[in-house]
Amino acid sequence: MLLLTCPWCGPRDETEYHYGGQAHVPYPEDPDALSDEEWAENLFFRDNPAGPFAERWSHTAGCRRWFNVVRDTATYDVLEVYTGAAPAATQPGVAR
Amino acid sequence: MADLTTLRRSPLAHLTDRMAQASHGAVGLSETACTGMVSVRVSAESSAAERIATVLGAPLPAACGEVTSGEVTSAGDHHALWLGPDEWLVVTGTDPVALADQLEAAVGDDPGLVLDVSANRTVLELTGPKARNVLEKGCPVDLHPRAFGPGRAVSTTLARVPVLLWQTGEPTYRLLPRSSFADYVSRWVLDAMVEHTG
Ligand SMILES: [Zn+2]
Repeated sequence: MLLLTCPWCGPRDETEYHYGGQAHVPYPEDPDALSDEEWAENLFFRDNPAGPFAERWSHTAGCRRWFNVVRDTATYDVLEVYTGAAPAATQPGVAR
Repeated sequence: MADLTTLRRSPLAHLTDRMAQASHGAVGLSETACTGMVSVRVSAESSAAERIATVLGAPLPAACGEVTSGEVTSAGDHHALWLGPDEWLVVTGTDPVALADQLEAAVGDDPGLVLDVSANRTVLELTGPKARNVLEKGCPVDLHPRAFGPGRAVSTTLARVPVLLWQTGEPTYRLLPRSSFADYVSRWVLDAMVEHTG
């Protein structure tokens, strides 16, 4: 069981949250210019690092807000929790 | 106009007797049916939030877990529960329709939303020296007095379904499940009470 610290509600069990996948996936600058293959990659292809990974979480059973977590997928350590689009400054090696 | 309140039926009307029979000194469960509730969404820093505070007689709570209470008047009382950084639930002893009108007027032209959501949830009251033991069987939030206490409310889960959990007194908790979850939550709590009440 992960213990995630919601930026608004504090530490709560993983069961109160909903996982939202990789964080900071940009919307295409010019969507009309994408081929079907490029669209498929944008929508469905995600990084899968063994190590720090920036991902989206939503506190569905609490304040219902979305935020970002840097989690080490190998150790399950939660390295950083932050809101908004700002990338995790202290984790230079993070896949995003 | 016809009095529509006579048509209201609580989602737990069919369990009133079972709850009464299952309640003893150690722990008791009852429903406070048809409680008035108003959803409020505005920016916490807006002037609308200040005008709402004037209507409620208390500021909107600023942080998770906080509850603010307006002065009790002859019409009833208001309690504002923090649901999110721009979202609150006002639980009122007054007419929720009239209160929603007042709060909507207080929002004015600012961005925001006010809605009478009284039918969305019902209110269960769990009380007695063993109330916390019962909740701890299925609630992930730390309810120990070092972390929680009277006058605090959080949105969390009980028995895996979403509830608002509000401690109103030393041995008394209010559970606010959605109406569609109320039957399940009540039956789960009744089952969890058995070891204390026989
Ligand atoms: Zn939260």
